[in-house]
Order: sequence, then structure tokens, then C-alpha cells
Amino acid sequence: MLYSKQVINHFKKPHNQGSIKNADAVGEAGNPICGDVMKMYLKLSKNKKGQDIIKEVKFETLGCAAAIAVSSILTDMIKGKTLDYALKIKKDDIVKDLGGLPPAKIHCSMLGLEALKTAVDNRNK
Amino acid sequence: MKHIYFDHSATTPVDGKVLAAMMPYFSKTYGNPSSIHNFGQNAVMAVDEARESVAKFLNCVPEEVIFTSGSTESDNLAIRGAIKALLKKGVKKPHVITTTIEHPAVLEPCAELQRGGVEVTYLKVKPNGVIASNDLKKAIKDSTVLISVMYVNSEVGSIQPIKEIGKMIKKINENRFKTWREADLKTRGDKPMPILFHTDATQALNFLDCDVQKNNIDLLSMSGHKIYGPKGVGALFVRTGTPLRALQLGGHHENNFRSGTLNVTGIVGLGAAVRELSRKKVDVNNKKIARLRDTLVKGIMKNIPDVVLNTDRDNATPSHAHFSFLGVEGESALISLDLAGIAVSTGSACASGSLKPSHVLLAMGIKQEVAHNSIRFTLGKNNTMEEIKKAIKVLPPIIRKLRKMNPLKKAE
Repeated sequence: MLYSKQVINHFKKPHNQGSIKNADAVGEAGNPICGDVMKMYLKLSKNKKGQDIIKEVKFETLGCAAAIAVSSILTDMIKGKTLDYALKIKKDDIVKDLGGLPPAKIHCSMLGLEALKTAVDNRNK
Repeated sequence: MKHIYFDHSATTPVDGKVLAAMMPYFSKTYGNPSSIHNFGQNAVMAVDEARESVAKFLNCVPEEVIFTSGSTESDNLAIRGAIKALLKKGVKKPHVITTTIEHPAVLEPCAELQRGGVEVTYLKVKPNGVIASNDLKKAIKDSTVLISVMYVNSEVGSIQPIKEIGKMIKKINENRFKTWREADLKTRGDKPMPILFHTDATQALNFLDCDVQKNNIDLLSMSGHKIYGPKGVGALFVRTGTPLRALQLGGHHENNFRSGTLNVTGIVGLGAAVRELSRKKVDVNNKKIARLRDTLVKGIMKNIPDVVLNTDRDNATPSHAHFSFLGVEGESALISLDLAGIAVSTGSACASGSLKPSHVLLAMGIKQEVAHNSIRFTLGKNNTMEEIKKAIKVLPPIIRKLRKMNPLKKAE
């Protein structure tokens, strides 16, 4: 089988798919010419220590099953976490949590992180 | 879950009759056809019978059929083997013409020749995936020695004007000799080389007339597993007198053109598979498959908005229906269909491991972002109307779901 069970499960029923109307941060990565576009919406708030936390997160993705699964699992990984924590996630963490990705699909995991980083950058502007 | 197979361009199931014909040659009549004892001679008889069947199908003599491991090898042998022979004969600057939509088994040998100094011209195709014969005519030069044009494109199913090309090449060759014969004996030089015509007919055998005489073909590649035969076997037709040198050395098999112990079971299977391709059976299957394909196309176009049909049905096999579902990446549609028990294929880069979508779709002028949206259905003789109806029912919600996920979707 090309994809792990985790990838297929996330692809079949993606978590946190959709958009947030009054998002605090929105970021997009990829382009349709390459076949993949990922968009991430974040709603932020502060915790007791005054750190930014991701209260709500949604994604929209045009892409292969791997790109969709990466988007889905990444939103799971960052929901309720601090921004600092979210920005420290590495592509290997995503690949590991997905039970591996075919070598040609590793770049899809980068796309998710790029969308997240772009969202945070946009918010700071 | 009952699985439905709509990927007959990739491969086909082995026909029951073919399998039955092959069975005795695994453990009962297992001799090496090169052996002169009884075991070997029984195997030779089976190989000879298969060779005759292939020859009859192509309308050539059995000696003109070389068994190979499949079309990739046949293409390599035809192109690299012919150029190797021509260079050996002293041809100085050979020119080869092919098309931009060939299978990599043709394109990569051509690229290899280019690296070795051979000039290669790649013909463009019209938006329907068919070359313009006039472009070919214009590309032919005095140094042209080989033209390789596929009969049917595997991705969109477009049929190339093989008969017309064959006729054109024949006429040019006749003129070449005429000019030479009538030229001054002192200055005319060596007898000119005729242009060789090679066609990769892998995807055509099931549907079209592959008579090498009527079509004026010198070299024709074919594969067993695309015609309800086994994988790992194919053949190359080589017209008597065609310059060709072996690429694989180490024996004396196939008249020294292809060394290696003959794949007897595979060859027997290939013979049995072509025997199933009588004109009558082909006509019946073509009609049946076209009806299924047209129902599929109609159902999909009716039930799903923003779909482009990339197969020009007036110039394609009855088996192909190649679509772009705009705003849906092909691989994710393929996986969704697979999870629903339906097997198709895609020209999207995401399925190939490269960054570019199918070279065929790009050559047809299809934009990259639309090429990524492609899904190919290729139907076969065992598909049923019930299966088509299931596909028409299953696909719309899949496309809807994936489009809803697309961040670039149109405002609703």
C-alpha cells in the first residue's frame, strides 16, 4: 500500500477542515501549477501566562491525499497549543505521526508548515 | 466490496482461454526450445504456433516476429537497434522523427541517441492529441532514416494517422530511389537509405487494424499484457531487410536479434491472446466498450459541473475517457475512487513522483493546473453497464467533497 492507515484515515475524514470567518491569522502556501495549495486559518487567544495560543484552527487544501492528511494532522497537533510550540513543529514530526509518507510525498509535509508560518507572519504584519 | 477495474490502459486481466493455453507449458511441456530432444522440440512447436498466430494477426511472415519481454524492450530494440545498424552501415548523420506524446520507452531511447549525436525532431500534436500529417511531411529531410509514431496514445486514447503516414513514407522512399537511379552514375553516391517506419502499437491491438502491409509499417512493437495476455512478453515485428542490430547479446535466440531463453509460457500466452483479436471479435468488443464509455461520459458530464473531456471521441479508441475535474487534484480523486472500490489512473504529478504533470497532456496544450486535475478511465471487454452506473453514482459526491476543501474554490 502506498499510504499508511493514518494517512488514509485523515484523508477520508479530515479533521478541522473548513474556514474561519474572523480569523486572526490566515496563511497560504503552494500554487495550483505545482498541484498543491494549502490555506490555514487561526483564531488566537492568550493563556494565563499571557502567551498566544491557537484557540481554533481550520484548513482548506487542494492537493493529493498526502497533502490533505498533512493538513489534517497538523491542525490536530497545534490546536490548543501555544504559537511558539506550533512554530517549532518539524516536518519529521508530521511524517512520524502519519506513520510515514512515501519519499515523493515528504515535501507535502513542508507545505503544511509553510502555510502555518505564513499565517503567523501575516498576523504580525 | 466488489472492486471495479477501469484501468485497462495500464494492464488487462489474462483471458481464461489464454491462461488455459499457457498452463501445460509450466510443468508439463517445460523444455527449453533451444534443446534438440523431445522436451525441447515440444516447446519449439508451441513457440512456432504462437509466432504464426502473431504473424497472421500482423499479416507478415513468422520469421519477421521477434519475441521480447514487452513493448518497452521492443521499442528500445526497434529504435536503438535500427540506428545502431545504420551507423554501422556508414550512415553519417541520421535524423529521427518522433512525437512529443510517445511513451517514455520511445522518448528516452531517442534522448539517448541525441546525446550520441543523432538528430531527433519531436512533432507537436493538435489539442486533440493527434499529430498533423503535414507537420511530419515538413519535418522529413534527406537525412531522415527513422520515423517513430505511436498508433494510439495510452493516456487520452488519441489515434495517430498511421495508414496515412505509412503511405507518405512509402512514396518518399520510392522517390528517393527514383532520383538516385536517374542521377549521374559518377556523382550520385551510395544508394540512399529508405526511411524506416516504426510504430508502438501497444494500445492499438485491441481495437484497430494492425496489418503491417496495409499500413506500410517496418517495425511494430506490441505487448502481451495489454491484450488480455500475460505480463513480461511482447514482440517486435521487423520487416525482412530492415537494418537492425541486437542490443542484448549472449546467445543465438530469435535469429541473433534477441538473446535469452525464450519465455515459452509467455509466448504461448501472447499467441493465444492475439487469436482472440479476430476482426469479428474486435468489432463486437469495440461496439460494446464504446457504448459503456459513452454512457460514462454522458453521466459524468451531466452530473458534475466544470468537467473537461480530454479524449476526442472521434479520434480515439472506444476504451478511453480522460477527464479534468477542475479544482480537484487527480491523485486525491483517484484515492477516493479506490477507497470506493473503483480503479482509475491520473496524469497528475502527485501520482508520478515527479513535479510535472503528464507530458502528453502538456503537449496537447492543457495547462499544468488542469493537467493535475485529470482522471483517466480505460474500459475493457469485461466491464458491465452496472459498473458504469456505479461510477456515475459514486463520483459526484467525491468531486463535491474535494472541491469543498479547495481554498481556491469559487465563491458559493
